[in-house]
Amino acid sequence: MEQIRAAILGSGNIGTDLMYKLKRSHSLRPTIMAGIIPESEGLARARQQGLAITTDGIEGLLKQKDSFELVFDATTASAHKQHAPMLRAAGKIAIDLTPAAVGPYVVPLVNLEGHVGEPNVNLVSCGGQATVPLVSAMRSASPVEYAEIVATIASKSAGPGTRQNIDEFTDTTARGLQRIGGASKGKAIIVLNPAEPPILMRNTIYGIVEESDPEELRKSIEEMVARIQEYVPGYRLRAKPLIEDFPGRQQKKVTLYVEVEGAGDYLPQYAGNLDIMTSAAVKVGEEIGKHLRAGTWKRDRSEARL
Amino acid sequence: MEKGQIGGSFMSEQISVHILDSTLRDGSHALSHQFTAEQVARVARGLDQAGIEMIEVSHGDGLGGSTVTYGFSKQSELELLEAASSVIERGKLAVLLLPGIGTKDDLKMARDLGAKVAQIATHVTEADVAQQHIELAKSMGMEVVGMLMLSHMGSPEKIAEQGKLMERYGADVVLVTDSAGALLPPTVRERVRALRDAIQIGVGFHGHNNLSMAVANSITAIEEGARWIDACTCGLGAGSGNTPTEVLVAVLDKLGYSSGIDLWKIMDVAEDIVRPLMQKPVRIGKASLTMGYAGVYSSFLLHADKAAQQFGVDPRDVLVEVGKRRAVGGQEDILVEIAMTLAQKNAEVEASPSRRLA
Repeated sequence: MEQIRAAILGSGNIGTDLMYKLKRSHSLRPTIMAGIIPESEGLARARQQGLAITTDGIEGLLKQKDSFELVFDATTASAHKQHAPMLRAAGKIAIDLTPAAVGPYVVPLVNLEGHVGEPNVNLVSCGGQATVPLVSAMRSASPVEYAEIVATIASKSAGPGTRQNIDEFTDTTARGLQRIGGASKGKAIIVLNPAEPPILMRNTIYGIVEESDPEELRKSIEEMVARIQEYVPGYRLRAKPLIEDFPGRQQKKVTLYVEVEGAGDYLPQYAGNLDIMTSAAVKVGEEIGKHLRAGTWKRDRSEARL
Repeated sequence: MEKGQIGGSFMSEQISVHILDSTLRDGSHALSHQFTAEQVARVARGLDQAGIEMIEVSHGDGLGGSTVTYGFSKQSELELLEAASSVIERGKLAVLLLPGIGTKDDLKMARDLGAKVAQIATHVTEADVAQQHIELAKSMGMEVVGMLMLSHMGSPEKIAEQGKLMERYGADVVLVTDSAGALLPPTVRERVRALRDAIQIGVGFHGHNNLSMAVANSITAIEEGARWIDACTCGLGAGSGNTPTEVLVAVLDKLGYSSGIDLWKIMDVAEDIVRPLMQKPVRIGKASLTMGYAGVYSSFLLHADKAAQQFGVDPRDVLVEVGKRRAVGGQEDILVEIAMTLAQKNAEVEASPSRRLA
C-alpha cells in the first residue's frame, strides 16, 4: 500500500507521542518534524527515528513541502491560526490538535465523512474524543434529550494552555456533544485531580434518552466501545452501562463510566486524555489517507450544497 | 441588641470581621438544590436586614452546577439571583464559581443580575485554573474572593504558594477552605499564618462542622489574622453543615469583634425563616462525621447516602473508598460507581464457596 506522508508541526510532548504512533501506522508515514527549539527532545527523537527535522517551524517545514501531504499541528491555538492559511496555500491538509478550531470539529467513527474535502479539521478536545462517540451510540438507539459528561484528569497531564483557558474545554466539549454527538443539549465538566501516583483519565457520561429498549442501547454502546478500542487500546468501560428510569418522566437515564489508559508511547500512561487526542489524530489521518489514495478527498459535494 | 452588651471587653480597639453568609449557596446542598425564588427572597431579605455584608446565592456547586452530576436546581440560577437582587438593600450579592463547572458566561450573567462579589474556588493545588475567571470578575468591577478548597490536603507552604497565584490574578481575599471539615485549630492556625505571611491581600476561612470545630476553627483563623469568614444560618450546608452564622456572631460579640450584624435579628432569621425550610436537621451523623475524620469533600454526603441506599451498601464504606481514591471536589460522579462496585464485591463474597462453608 502506498503510504501517505505526514509532517508533524510541534516537537513537544504531543508531537513526539504522535510520531511514535505514526511510526506504527500501516497507511501513514511520518517524514518530517518541525520545531522551533533546536535542543528539544522531540526533535532529537525524531532524528533518531529517521525523520527529517527543521528548527525553523512552519517556514522550515514549507521549504520541504514536497515531502508530505498531511500536516499534524501539535503547537498552540494561536500558532495554528497563523499556520492554517499558510498550509492551505501550500495545498496541505491540516489535522489540528490545538483548540484553534479553524476547521470543523471531527470525531473519527462519527462525523468525518461529513467533512470530506476540508483543507483543515479540528479534533475538538480530549473530553470530546472520549465521550462524543458514546453519545452518538446512544443517539443511534434513541433520541438524546440531554448529554452531560464529567472528565477527570490527572493534574500533571493538564498543561498551562488548558489551565489558562479551561472554559475552552467546557464550551468546546459541550458543543461537540450537541453538534456531533446529536444531543439536544450538552454540558461538560472538567475536574483536575492531583493525586499521586496520577490517576488515569476517567469520564462519566450521562444521557437522558427517550423511552427505549435497554438492550438495544447497551448493544449500540458496547459496539462503539469495541470500535474505539481499535484505535485507542486503553479505552474501556469501568462498569456495565447503567440504564435506569428517569424519575417523573417517560425517559431513561444512561450512565457510562469510561477510563482511558494511554499507550505510553512517549506520554505517561496516566495521560489518557492526551493519548486519545494523538490516537484520534492518527485515525483521522488514516481515514483521510484512504480518500487521498482513492482520489475522493474533494469538496465537490459540499460545494454543490452551497 | 446593643453591641458588646455581654462581651467586647477583651480588646482595646475593636476589630471588624467581614461575614459572608452562604445559606443560599452552601445551604443549597442540604436541600438538594430545591430552593425556590420565593424562599430565596425571604431569606435574603432577612439576612440583609440583620446586617449581613455579603449574601451568597448559587447552586451548591456554584454557577452552572445544576446538572445530573450535582443535582438539578428546582429553579434556574437566573430566577434565584433576580429574587435575591430585588430585596438586598444594604448588603452585597455574592456568587460562587468553580472553574471547570461554571464558565465566564455564568459570571457575566450573575454580574448583570447585580452580583458584586465573586467567590472563585479551586482545589487547593489548582489555583491556576481560576486565572481567567478572577481576571474577568475584576474587570467587571467585582470583589473577588479566591477559595482554596479541601485545604487540609495542602501543606501550609502549598497554600501560601497557591494563594500567591490568586493574589497575582487580582483576588482581593483568599480563603483557607475546609471543605471536608477535617481541619482542627492547630492545622487551621498554620495554614492561615502561612497564607497571611505570603500575601498582601485579605485572608479568610470557610469551615464545615463535621468534627464540630467550625466556630472554633473560625475563631482560630481570626486570631491568626483572618478577617473574612463564611458562615450559614442554622449551619445549613454540605456535610454536617457550615459555621452557624448566628452562633458565630454571638461568639464574635463576646470576644469583642465587630461584625456589623444584629445578633437578635440573625437569630430570628435562623429560627423563623431558615429552620422551617430545612428538610432534615443538619447534624453530625455517622456519615458526615466519617467525612471530617477521613477528609472527604462535604458536598458528597447526600450523593453518597443516595448511592449507598440504591445499591444496599454502607455509606461509610463508600466514603472511605472515596478517600482512598483521593477524590477532589467535583468528583460526585464516582459515588454511584463506587457503590455499584462495592455491591458487586459484596455479592461475590456472599456467593463464594469459602463463605458458604464458613
